[in-house]
Amino acid sequence: MNSWLWLIPALPFASALMLALLGSRLSRTAATALGVGSIGLSALITMVVAVDFFTAPPSAGSYTEVLWTWIRVGGFEPQIGLYLDTLSLVMVLVVTFVGFLIHIYSAEFMIEDEGYSRFFGYMNLFVASMITLLLANNLLLLYLGWEGVGLCSYLLIGFWYRDPANGRAARKAFIVTRVGDTALSVGLFLMFTHLGTLHIQDLMQRASEHWPSGSTYAVVAALLLLGGAVGKSAQLPLQVWLPDAMAGPTPVSALLHAATMVTAGVYLIARTHVLFALAPSAQFAVAVVGAVTLLLAGFSALTQHDIKRVLAYSTMSQIGYMFLALGVGAWQAAMFHFVTHAFFKALLFLGAGVIINALHDEHSIFRMGGLRKEMPVAFWTFLIAGCSLAGLPFITAGFFSKDLIIWDAWSAPQGNPVLWLAGTAGALLTSLYTFRMIFRVFFGPLGTPVTKRPGYAMTIPLLVLAFLSIVGGYLKQPLLSALNSVLPPTVEAHAGGLTEGRSEVIAASLFLIGLYFAYLFHLQKRSLAEALVANPVGDVLHQWWFADWGFDWIYDKAFVHPFIWAAEINKRDFVDAFYTGVARFTELSYRGLSRTETGRVRWYAAAMAAGSVLFIAMVFFK
Amino acid sequence: MELVFYIAGAVAVISTGLMLTRLNVVHALLYLIVSLLGVAVVFYVLGAPFVAALEVIIYAGAIMVLFVFVVMMLNLGAHEVQMEKQWLTPGIWIGPVLLASILIIEVFCLMRGTAPDLSTDASGPKQVGVALFGHYLIGVELASMLLLAGLVGAYHLGAHETRKPEIQHDTNTDERRTAASGNLVLAGTDQSSRTS
Amino acid sequence: MFSLGLTSLLVRRNLIFVLMSLEVMLNAAGLAFVVAGSRWHQADGQVVFLFILAMAAAEVSVGLALVVQIYRRFRGLDVDKLSGMRG
Repeated sequence: MNSWLWLIPALPFASALMLALLGSRLSRTAATALGVGSIGLSALITMVVAVDFFTAPPSAGSYTEVLWTWIRVGGFEPQIGLYLDTLSLVMVLVVTFVGFLIHIYSAEFMIEDEGYSRFFGYMNLFVASMITLLLANNLLLLYLGWEGVGLCSYLLIGFWYRDPANGRAARKAFIVTRVGDTALSVGLFLMFTHLGTLHIQDLMQRASEHWPSGSTYAVVAALLLLGGAVGKSAQLPLQVWLPDAMAGPTPVSALLHAATMVTAGVYLIARTHVLFALAPSAQFAVAVVGAVTLLLAGFSALTQHDIKRVLAYSTMSQIGYMFLALGVGAWQAAMFHFVTHAFFKALLFLGAGVIINALHDEHSIFRMGGLRKEMPVAFWTFLIAGCSLAGLPFITAGFFSKDLIIWDAWSAPQGNPVLWLAGTAGALLTSLYTFRMIFRVFFGPLGTPVTKRPGYAMTIPLLVLAFLSIVGGYLKQPLLSALNSVLPPTVEAHAGGLTEGRSEVIAASLFLIGLYFAYLFHLQKRSLAEALVANPVGDVLHQWWFADWGFDWIYDKAFVHPFIWAAEINKRDFVDAFYTGVARFTELSYRGLSRTETGRVRWYAAAMAAGSVLFIAMVFFK
Repeated sequence: MELVFYIAGAVAVISTGLMLTRLNVVHALLYLIVSLLGVAVVFYVLGAPFVAALEVIIYAGAIMVLFVFVVMMLNLGAHEVQMEKQWLTPGIWIGPVLLASILIIEVFCLMRGTAPDLSTDASGPKQVGVALFGHYLIGVELASMLLLAGLVGAYHLGAHETRKPEIQHDTNTDERRTAASGNLVLAGTDQSSRTS
Repeated sequence: MFSLGLTSLLVRRNLIFVLMSLEVMLNAAGLAFVVAGSRWHQADGQVVFLFILAMAAAEVSVGLALVVQIYRRFRGLDVDKLSGMRG
């Protein structure tokens, strides 16, 4: 069974290729069968492989399948090799399964779009690249997958290319992640130069042998990898692209920018955890980045009125939680949160898509309302997901995963109270913005009327994901113990006045406080919300947080304008002079020579005479 | 003998020089004939009596006569003399004279050291004929073909055509060319048929 | 003689004069040939002169026919007017 591993990325690749080549000639049914079917088959094979893996785990805890050697230059021989252990298995399971549900959803969501087969081609290519990234056994192949998902993100964000704003959003995403990708590649160069290999397991081993803990190389390499992860996962300081990426179709936001692509950074850090363990300062940087981002994004989410942008900032915030967990050494907690987050965030996005579709492309939550009775399925699934996000105690999966992280932020060896405080404050913010959204959209008087109801293809994935959002919490123990073979377990280093139980109680009470305030401001007395915004201080804060804490403005002034200025003054540089010089010289000689074509016989005769005089002189008198 | 050579040569050169500067075409033609006769005498002195005779008969006799015929036919009269007066400004002579004198100087430099050897060993018609029909037979054939071509061309070109206005320089000769099936001369004309 | 002919060719604008100066140049060249032949006591120089003569005859006949045509078209014999092949 394990030898079917290569099919998991190969099937979506093949399907993407066929859709690219034949897409315009395929009927809707054929394109659907190809696009959705390939992911379905991948999901099926993944589950079969998973069952096989868990019932008969391979020795050494991992299974490698090398397909062929990619490059062979000097001592550098990366392969196309697939490496399966619990970590990659868990992630591939989530990616294929959630991906499959989202593909089913898109089959109905995109049914009227003229770029239907193009959409599925891109989506399949994305899933294939993501799986390549996850299953890669060396960092070069991982980088290939990394670039592939970046490309697909660009293609899918700018899917409706006729609107230039979408193109701008896609370009912004690509360019910002490119900065991260460059950091990542420099990190790869550094590691290869000093350690001689990019094969992940060998690399980790050699790093622990050659680089003492805290050595400069380790820190620099880890920081560069962090740079790459930060770009792809939309953390500080490269987070500016994610809110604008919501310009793409909702299934894209659900798959790429909630469940899978943005978690590639988390996977990278988890994969190279040995390196980060060797560089404690870098690991601390990871935690700080996570903590600051989760707070930042939480505040920004409080002010947004586009429902997808709220969810985008929420994703940013939750991934900040994952980074926080990685930073304090709570590797399994981070992966657990990844799994639950994939479920409820994808559900939130799909639900948002259903609402937007039903209200004929209305995005603003302030123009929605009263959908509780109109769209019950959407309401209940959205509510379940929202509660999971905010952490409703005991019955939702998000509660378990988030509280684990918050507790580990306090108790893990690298944890400290400040990080714990950030985590709990973030929980309050999460509850606030989630219920603000829910109360505005589903409660209160009816806003925009419903014009379209979703069909089965859109509702069934919602139901499945809602079920998983509840049940997923009970995966905690099996998941954590399974991951123990790959990631070092988190030990409780210091409790110091707080137990896990008390931390959970605090988190739960914050959930309730957030719920109450959201109820107060956004349902009971909505005038209070307006008063808050009208207040001068509130207004300033509102504007500032709405604009993502001014990051877009900073980057514009610091990078974009100087670059454009430099390009403008360099429009005519001396290098151009060579080329224009050649052209002008040709033109001049043309003008000069055409003056000799007068058409007059005497002129030609004179020219001949002069020429012969010169010639005789040259030949005979040299 | 040498004296004759020099005198005849001087006559030829002076007569050519005079020919250049005449305003009236017919005067110039006459001076040209005189020059040719002078050259014929030079030939005789050099020991080439056959060629001397040929020069007089063909060159001065036939070719110049042809010139005179054409000039007479074109009826170039006083108007042309006026035009010549306008055209021949003194300034015009400078460039060509310069060019030609450089040429002469070069040639003189090249030819220094070879003294002319005038012998009276005449090569008469017999020797020329032997050479012509021996070594240079192919040249004779080619020359005869050339003369044939000249004959046909001259006849065709000189054929009488209907008077037509001055040709426009931006005529589309391409479509005329196809209409006249390749004959470039006709293509520039207004005639669409080949009847002449 | 040749250079005289060349000068005249370059200076005069009347087509007839141009042709006449061409004749002068040809004649001068032939003279050179005959002189050379006589120098070496061979008949070859005269043979070449004969060819030149034949060529000149053909050329003159065609040239004069052209002159007639041009006169008919351009109402004059100015060489400079014949600049249709100007670039």
